[in-house]
Amino acid sequence: MASAREMRLRIRSVKNIAQVTRALETVSASKVRKAIAAVTATRPYATKAWQVLKHVAQQPGRESLHPLLAERTSVNKTLVVVITGDRGLAGAYNSNVIRFVASRFDNHPVPVKYIAVGRKGRDLLIRRRKNVIADFSNLPAAPSFADVSAIGRLAVDEFMKGEVDEVYLVYTDFVNMARQVTTVKKLLPLELVGEGLVEDFGGQHNGPQAAYEYEPEMNEILDEIIPRFTALQVYQAVLESLASEHAARMVAMRNATDNAKELVGELQLAYNKVRQQTITNDILDIVGGAEALAAK
Amino acid sequence: MTIRCEIVSQDRTVFEGDVDIVVLPGADGEMGILPKHSPVLTTLKYGIIKIRRGGKEELFTVAGGVAEVQPDIVTVLADAAENIEEIDVERAEAARKRAEEALAKGVPADTDAYLAVEAALRRSNLRIDAVRRYRRGSRIPGSES
Repeated sequence: MASAREMRLRIRSVKNIAQVTRALETVSASKVRKAIAAVTATRPYATKAWQVLKHVAQQPGRESLHPLLAERTSVNKTLVVVITGDRGLAGAYNSNVIRFVASRFDNHPVPVKYIAVGRKGRDLLIRRRKNVIADFSNLPAAPSFADVSAIGRLAVDEFMKGEVDEVYLVYTDFVNMARQVTTVKKLLPLELVGEGLVEDFGGQHNGPQAAYEYEPEMNEILDEIIPRFTALQVYQAVLESLASEHAARMVAMRNATDNAKELVGELQLAYNKVRQQTITNDILDIVGGAEALAAK
Repeated sequence: MTIRCEIVSQDRTVFEGDVDIVVLPGADGEMGILPKHSPVLTTLKYGIIKIRRGGKEELFTVAGGVAEVQPDIVTVLADAAENIEEIDVERAEAARKRAEEALAKGVPADTDAYLAVEAALRRSNLRIDAVRRYRRGSRIPGSES
């Protein structure tokens, strides 16, 4: 059994750890609140933008409307945008994303390129020898649309240049504090069937009956809005991921604090026993000595 | 007979309601939208959106964006928008000053940075002009330009 002094040191260090993890938990708690507010604030815009895109896609001849809407006949290269955090200590948050990417794209039939958003994801992808073509790390704590629009722009550029034929987005969807789901979403060509990034408004009104009039020219306006709305999806995904990261970190830190407290309890118990034992031994020594003297 | 109008900017819903007419600053000029308008998709210039309902007019600044018109609904996706009654003139003036100072220091080499400053300047000018021209009973003290 360890000496009482060693145990005292151990208890103190575990207590310190508990204090640090508790502080981190509190920080994450306030950050997660802000992140959730940010996600919900951008949702009306994202929902409406998605609705408009859908209406556009329902126009006759969508394939020829805009290159970003057109499915390519042969897919030779794939691009994946992977959104993770810049920091660790968030439980399984980062490794979940990477494991998901590996299971989804390791056996992909065509070569895959990656854009990493977040330092942890970049490091993990590089360690797995993936082809990372770009890296967006150290995003601000509360990114604005302008901060992340470069990511969407790069993806659109690669797609338009024909460097890649499809683009996927892997991020972590924030469901609630206890549940975050790693999700993959096809970004380009725009997939407008099925559910969108945000929930649809069921039956508020039925899609457009007639073809649009465009002002100014159709191409001009589609050129403007389609890349923008693509970037917007990336933005929304980044916000979802951020909220998820903070939530995951908060839960991880709470568990760490609980574990540390439990450990302190156990150590304290063991320490008390050791201490009591030494005291008993000391008393026995004295009593033994005194009796030896008295017997003379 | 009314038409639904929804104005959202990137960070919030600015206006939502049933109105009699919406006047939009379209890329090719002002357009008044009445109920049962044929579908239109248009980009917006920096300007003013006018909404009338029950004889009362409401005005919003809009700093560019997109509008989709359907027979029963007008959706405005604004880069930035606000009701002119809500504009904080002092903040807009401060923003304009900041942007002007940034430009006076020289044109930033980074295109994105330059566009950001320019957009900030245009937005604050738009807000200040809108308030000066339209806000009820409001004169900005000490303004000369």
